[in-house]
Amino acid sequence: MMTSRIHPLLLLSTVLVYIFLMGPLIIVFGASLSDTTYLTFPPQGLTLRWFENIFKIGAFRRTIVTSLELAFLATGLALFIGIPAAYALNRYRVQLPTWLSTVFVLPILVPEIVFGFSLLKSVAVGASAPIFVALLIGHTLLVLPYCVRVISASLASFDFSIEEAAVSLGSPPIKTFFTVVLPNVRSGVIAAFILAFITSINDVSTSLFLTGPGISTLPIQILAHVEQFFDPTIASVSVLLMLLTVAVMAIIERTLGLTFLAK
Amino acid sequence: MLKRHAGWVIAAPATLAVIIFLVLPVAATIGTTFGDPDGLFAAYADFFNSGFRRNVLWRTLEISLITTAISLFVGFLTAYVVAKSPGRLKSLLIIAAVFPLLTGVVVRSFAWLIMLGKNGILNNFLVAIGVTNEPLSMLYTQGAVIAAMVYLFVPLTILTLVGVLENIPEDVVQASASLGATPAATFRQVILPLAVPGLIVGAVLVFTGSFTAYATPQLVGGERQMVMGTLMYQRAMVSFDWVGASTIAAIMVVLTITVVLAMSRMARRLNPMAT
Repeated sequence: MMTSRIHPLLLLSTVLVYIFLMGPLIIVFGASLSDTTYLTFPPQGLTLRWFENIFKIGAFRRTIVTSLELAFLATGLALFIGIPAAYALNRYRVQLPTWLSTVFVLPILVPEIVFGFSLLKSVAVGASAPIFVALLIGHTLLVLPYCVRVISASLASFDFSIEEAAVSLGSPPIKTFFTVVLPNVRSGVIAAFILAFITSINDVSTSLFLTGPGISTLPIQILAHVEQFFDPTIASVSVLLMLLTVAVMAIIERTLGLTFLAK
Repeated sequence: MLKRHAGWVIAAPATLAVIIFLVLPVAATIGTTFGDPDGLFAAYADFFNSGFRRNVLWRTLEISLITTAISLFVGFLTAYVVAKSPGRLKSLLIIAAVFPLLTGVVVRSFAWLIMLGKNGILNNFLVAIGVTNEPLSMLYTQGAVIAAMVYLFVPLTILTLVGVLENIPEDVVQASASLGATPAATFRQVILPLAVPGLIVGAVLVFTGSFTAYATPQLVGGERQMVMGTLMYQRAMVSFDWVGASTIAAIMVVLTITVVLAMSRMARRLNPMAT
């Protein structure tokens, strides 16, 4: 777009919007360092004891482990089925009906909370599957659209005639896929992994109905903790999650570039 | 044989996973709402006969519409500036919008809990400058829910609209200027209409997201600002009224799909670039 001058009021409003976007997160960071038993900002005194406190609380230790396990497994499974789906959607574009790609939008279209509740009824109660299995199914489907979409975007610029050349020179199709196609969309796969991972870690609505006293995820545990305590522990958990976000952004920047997310 | 169906075979695991674990369970949930012995729509009559639940539905619609309007307005103005910024600054502004977007809903809503609480920064500030003598209770109000929801969705509208605004061809804007249009006229008659499809996408994302939200209204709105999401949870897990919860779920699904279909139809009709 043309770079003409921007009205000063518009500039001012943009500055205010960014203060609005960053302010609350800075406040959480400040509150996590406060040497008080209640949440306050600016912090009074500086301490890291609330970060230690996270790991003293058994429920946090357990849910952090559960959330990490869940995120790794769900993302792995979603890639395992999502990469072939993205490949098929691009490679066999002519053969497959257009509605097929809509199927992979459904997990985004259906409200997450409805999906979670339906899994509780059908899978956890109906099929009496263990809660962790129901959570894993939920998270796998939750992140599947990201995997299919990001990898499809990478495959869209892949020249399939390279693959045909390898096959016509005698390379078996499966080997060709792993040695020719996959390395060409490597950055897409990494970005998909990382986007899926952070989506799973942060999820509330899908997991909401699939947790209980025995098993829970970190965000659900945070919600439960906030209802009973108002100490800075949650602020420090939030800071840990923000550090994870920073790591995720660094990886996306190195693979797809963050501007990919503004498309 | 295999060759002709290769695409289907390769896409099958993911397709079947979506159908078996998403489409069928959600269909089953909606199906149970029609199983009442008192009649096909008895569960819905139940829902709409309750003044409390009708109130929750209206409140949710109101919060979602206001959130959508504010998020789009703020997001559009900001995206316009971001799209016009020079390279380095633009990347920085995009990063600053991506960061909150990738930070979880719980963390972002919790931030508002700290700010709006009795010991919160906003109250301390208001007391310090003498606007009020006692801390105000700002939590658990509709305004608090809307503020936290706008906070949730503004990064999304900025990022959606930056992409759209960047795709507006420079020639079109220059042509308008060289034909004598003032910057304001160019904005109103050229840029805004070309951004309509992006605004519609943004509206769908924000409206459906806020209509079905749970964590933010739960944390910032509590019992006093009950919305569809929190009501559904309460019906299912506190009252064990699964049919009631399924009815709310069905209303959410129908509304979401209606909005998506209506808006994508509108986007096609209003798109000035369409043939």
